[in-house]
Amino acid sequence: MAYEQNLTCFSTFGQERSYSLDTYEKNHGYQAWRKIIAGDLTPAEVIEEVKASGLRGRGGAGFPTGLKWSFMPRDASMQKYLVCNSDESEPGTCHDREVLRHNPHALVEGMAIAAYAMGATVAYNYIRGEFIDEPVPRFEAAVKEAYDAGLLGKDIQGSGIDFDLYAFVGAGAYICGEETALLESLEGKQGKPRFKPPFPANYGLYGKPTTINNTQSLASVPAIIRNGAAWYSSLGPEGSGGTAQFSVSGHIESPGNYELPMGIPFKDLLDLCGGVWKGRKLKAVIPGGSSCRVLPAEIIMDCTMDFSSLQQVGSSFGTGAVIVMDDTTCMVKVLRRISRFYMAESCGQCTPCREGTGWLYRMLTRVLEGKGQEEDLDKLVDVANKIEGHTICALGDAAAWPVQSFLKHYRHEFEYMVRNHGRSVVDDPAEAAA
Amino acid sequence: MSNADLLSAHVKEEIEHWKSRFPEGKQRSAVISSLHAVQHENDGYLTAELMNAVADYLDLPTIHVYEVATFYSMFQTKPVGRHNVAICTNVSCMLRGADDIVEHVENKLGIKLGESTEDGRIYLKREEECLAACCGAPMMMVDHKYHENLSTDQIDELLNGLD
Repeated sequence: MAYEQNLTCFSTFGQERSYSLDTYEKNHGYQAWRKIIAGDLTPAEVIEEVKASGLRGRGGAGFPTGLKWSFMPRDASMQKYLVCNSDESEPGTCHDREVLRHNPHALVEGMAIAAYAMGATVAYNYIRGEFIDEPVPRFEAAVKEAYDAGLLGKDIQGSGIDFDLYAFVGAGAYICGEETALLESLEGKQGKPRFKPPFPANYGLYGKPTTINNTQSLASVPAIIRNGAAWYSSLGPEGSGGTAQFSVSGHIESPGNYELPMGIPFKDLLDLCGGVWKGRKLKAVIPGGSSCRVLPAEIIMDCTMDFSSLQQVGSSFGTGAVIVMDDTTCMVKVLRRISRFYMAESCGQCTPCREGTGWLYRMLTRVLEGKGQEEDLDKLVDVANKIEGHTICALGDAAAWPVQSFLKHYRHEFEYMVRNHGRSVVDDPAEAAA
Repeated sequence: MSNADLLSAHVKEEIEHWKSRFPEGKQRSAVISSLHAVQHENDGYLTAELMNAVADYLDLPTIHVYEVATFYSMFQTKPVGRHNVAICTNVSCMLRGADDIVEHVENKLGIKLGESTEDGRIYLKREEECLAACCGAPMMMVDHKYHENLSTDQIDELLNGLD
């Protein structure tokens, strides 16, 4: 089956100087924003349109974007902020970088529309520090072009709308992708998540009402306002409107970022990317970044790529980062690498996460080094269970879910390694096939 | 003499540029960008004197600068080699051979992850976390520039080209 690609966030991809204002406007860019400047849409109408479109946050949690916007206080007299989360760092995820490099105006326009809808006059785009060489300058150049064209600033084209937009550059910390840690970082502090409530819509940046949205959630907004909520929602299945940007990586013939309709069958996505590399067999897939639960081939092959289908089989859509593993993959080794990540990135604020992530990594290392014992496997799950739900932010859960799911689906590989003093089942083909 | 005198005119200009993006009195928001600017001019690492200078210039207690410098992975608070080489070893890159790349680079440079070459030329950053270029795996970052779909020949050429 053929799928239409690049309908929203990637709309200019592949065109000459895809990142320029000219190219963006040739692709109907800023039509929605100009309509607003002309006074044709009220903030409430914008919020209703985004609600009706079914757009859900693309940063991992999938919270309905329009609903989030409606939590902001209506009081027009107070300073409010919009913040974009371009701190892309969920392992496997690399599509925000593509939006920033190749279609930054979609984000600029999306931020302008979102800020207008919520009455925010100032916005920051928090971009991860490692993007300083290419994505940051591309975004800043787009902002400058938009200012020069009279699309941003004070009393824009006499409309009475004020909107100032700035980039902010981070300095390397996965935790800053958590929205309240991001606000702390934006205030110049360590990225340690805040206890909630109060939620950012009441007490956000500098204590003012703030909404934080993901890059793609915001970059999807211009197309929604331009083409209508019904158009967007009909692109995907019930409960998962629109398109998704899939980063397909790992053991795949053609890795890449693909913007496709939500709800595409996994089988079709796999075909589109040329299948498993080297003609090998599919073993497992992490469907939405390393925090999501792993799914064995026989389960994911029957899934469609949307929020409800992946939730029904015990995983989640996450960020749309699809990590593909072939049948030569040692699952113990993969889990140890994932666990190391959460240990390194825990901010250290909550004891279960700070200590527990280290335990997980050290126990898995012991198993790989051939010093594991049978009871270690139950202990791994036990430690994961004691982290999950016991921390201020979701990093703790994200550290627990891979451990629980790898042991649920691949416990035999861990047992084999313990019994065989560190030898992996994949190095013993007869055993692996059985 | 104030500590802030240690900062070059260019760094001060950078700091002012960032400060102007935040409301009056919220200059703490400029700490991260200030440290980037200072570190860039100091061959890739920060010293206590430079951190004190930033604190003085922004009129902040020094702890506000130290705690940021030690929290974020892009800041180095000990002397390191002048070229920063960071090989991503996270799961997508690992699946496509990042461990072999690390081994190749360690052997070629004669140092381990987290160490710098004796001539002060290259700093091989401690095991690097996901840099968001997973579809170009394996990848590495050399002085902020991304290099994707790496082969060992390509790596040799890149490393040999660093002065």
